[in-house]
Amino acid sequence: MNAIIVSTLLGVIMMFCSWGIKSQKTQHTIALVGLFVLILSNLAQLNGWYVIDFDTKGMLAFTRYGLYINTLFFLITFIYIWLNGEEIAKFDNQAADFYALFFFILCGASILTSFDNLLMLFIGIEILSIPLYILTGADKKNLFSNEAALKYFLMGSFSTGILLLGITFIYGATGSFHLVEPILRPSDGLPQEQMILSAGLLLVFAAMNFKVSAAPFHFWTPDVYDGAPTVFTSFMATIVKAAGFIAFITIFNSQAKALGYTWILVLSFVIISTLLVGNIVAVFQRSVKRMLAYSSIAQAGFMLFALYGKSSFAQEGIILYSVVYSLATIGIFGVLIKMKENSFEAFNGLAKTKPLLAFVTTIFLFSLAGIPLTGGFFAKYYMLNSLYAAGAGLWLIIIAILFAAVSVFYYFKLVQAMYFTSGEPSMHEVPKKYTYTLLLIAILLLILGAFPSVVFNYLYF
Amino acid sequence: MPIEYYIFLCLTLFSIGVIGVLTRRNAIIVFMCIELMLNAVNMLLVAFSKMNYATAQTITPNTTAGIDAQIFVFFIMVVAAAEVSIGLAIIVMIYRNTHSIDINFLNRLKN
Repeated sequence: MNAIIVSTLLGVIMMFCSWGIKSQKTQHTIALVGLFVLILSNLAQLNGWYVIDFDTKGMLAFTRYGLYINTLFFLITFIYIWLNGEEIAKFDNQAADFYALFFFILCGASILTSFDNLLMLFIGIEILSIPLYILTGADKKNLFSNEAALKYFLMGSFSTGILLLGITFIYGATGSFHLVEPILRPSDGLPQEQMILSAGLLLVFAAMNFKVSAAPFHFWTPDVYDGAPTVFTSFMATIVKAAGFIAFITIFNSQAKALGYTWILVLSFVIISTLLVGNIVAVFQRSVKRMLAYSSIAQAGFMLFALYGKSSFAQEGIILYSVVYSLATIGIFGVLIKMKENSFEAFNGLAKTKPLLAFVTTIFLFSLAGIPLTGGFFAKYYMLNSLYAAGAGLWLIIIAILFAAVSVFYYFKLVQAMYFTSGEPSMHEVPKKYTYTLLLIAILLLILGAFPSVVFNYLYF
Repeated sequence: MPIEYYIFLCLTLFSIGVIGVLTRRNAIIVFMCIELMLNAVNMLLVAFSKMNYATAQTITPNTTAGIDAQIFVFFIMVVAAAEVSIGLAIIVMIYRNTHSIDINFLNRLKN
C-alpha cells in the first residue's frame, strides 16, 4: 500500500520538477532521493507501519513475499538510475519527465506484486505498460524509435484485449474476479462452463506470455528492444519483465488446477519453444543489442520454470533469478550504451584499451550464461531445482541444460571479440565514476555467486 | 434471451477486431479495431453481470451480485481512453517524420 501511494506521489512530484527545476543534476538527485524514500516507505510497511491503512475489500493482498520483491525492484531501479542518469538526460532537456514515468512504472509493478483480484491485475499491467510505450518512443526524431513505439503499442494493446477477454470468460464461468481456486457456479460440472473457464485461463495465459515475451508470442521483442533507446531497453528487459513474471506466477499458482493435465502440456510447449527460439536465433545475430533481445527471450524460458509448480525453490528461485538477471542485463546494456555502434566488431580489442571495463563485461556475460562463481549459476540451479521439485520429467531438465550450454556460445562470442581479436573499440568516452558503478554491479553479482541466499534470507525473519 | 446469444454477438465483434488488426494496414484503422475488441469485452462483461444478478436474485432477492463486472467496465473505458491518448501521440509523431501511417512502411527494424 505504502509503495503504491508513495510512488504515485513521487511521480507527480517529478512531473512538477520538470516545470520548476532546470538543472539536470538536481533532477537526478531528486529522483534518487525519491527512490530512497520509496524504499524506506516500503520497508516501513514490511514492519507494519502504514501511510494510509484501509480495507481494500480483497482487491489487494499484501504479503511479506510481495513487499520484499517490491524492495528488490526499487533497489535495482535505484542502481539503474544511479548508473544511467546522464544518458537519460541526453534525450530531452526535461529528464524529470522520464523519472516520473519510471515512478509510475514502479507503481504498476508494486500493484502486480500484491494483486488479489483480476481487476487489479488488469490495472497493474496497464499502469506498467502505458509509460513504457512513451519511453520506447522517447527518441522522437529517430525513425527506429518511432517504429518500435508503434509496434510495441499496437501489440501491447492487442494483448490487453486478449487478456480482458480471458478475464471476462473466467468471470462468466465462476461469477467472481477473485483469485481463489476457481469454483464453478451452482450448476457445477456442466461441461459448457468448464470449457468457458479453460478458454478464459488459456487466453490469460497467452496474454501474459505476450507481456513477458515468451515464444510463440515473442515476435515483438527483438524489434522493440532493438528500436527503443538503449537506456530504456535496459529497464524494459529487467524490472518490467520481472514484475510481469511475478504477476504471471501469482495468477497461475492459484488457477492452474482448473486446467488439469492440459496445463503441464501447454506450459512445457511454451517453455521448450521459448528456449529453442531464444537460444538458437541469438546465435545468428550480428548486432549485440538484438542478440541481447533474443537472450532475454531465452532467459524468460528459464524464468517460466517457476510456473511449473508451487515449491519453495520456485518462490526463492524467481527472486534470485530476477535480481541476478536484472543486474547483469543493466550492466551489459550499460556497457553497450557507451559503444558507438551495436555490432560485435565494436567490442574488438576492448581488453587492451580498457581492461577494467572488459573484465566487468565478462562477469556480466558469465552471469547471463550461468557460469559458476557468478550469480547466474545459482539462479539457474534454483530454477532447475524448482522444476525437479514440481515433478517435471527429466527430459525437460535435460533440454533446459542443453539450451543453457548453447547460450554460452553466443555470450562467449562477445568475450572473444574483447580479449582475442585485435582492433580499436569504437567507444564514447567513459567517465571513471561510470566504470566504478559497473564494477559495483559486477561485485554484487560475484557476491550472489558465492552466497545466493543473501537475497531471500530476509523473507523468513 | 439466453446468454449464448450475447456470447456469440460479442465473440463475433471481437473476431472482427482481431481480423482487422491482423489484416488492415492503416495504423488508425488497426487502432479502431483494437478499440472494437475492448468494447466487445465490455458488452460481454455487462451481459455476464446481468446473468449473475439474475441467478443470484432467485436465491436472495436484494443481492448486489454482478456489480463488480459493471465497475470493471468503467475501468476498461478509462484505461482505453488513456491508451488512445498515448497511441494517437505515437501515430502523430510517426506522421511528422514519415508523412505516412502505413504499417507496411514499418519494416526498417527487420534487417
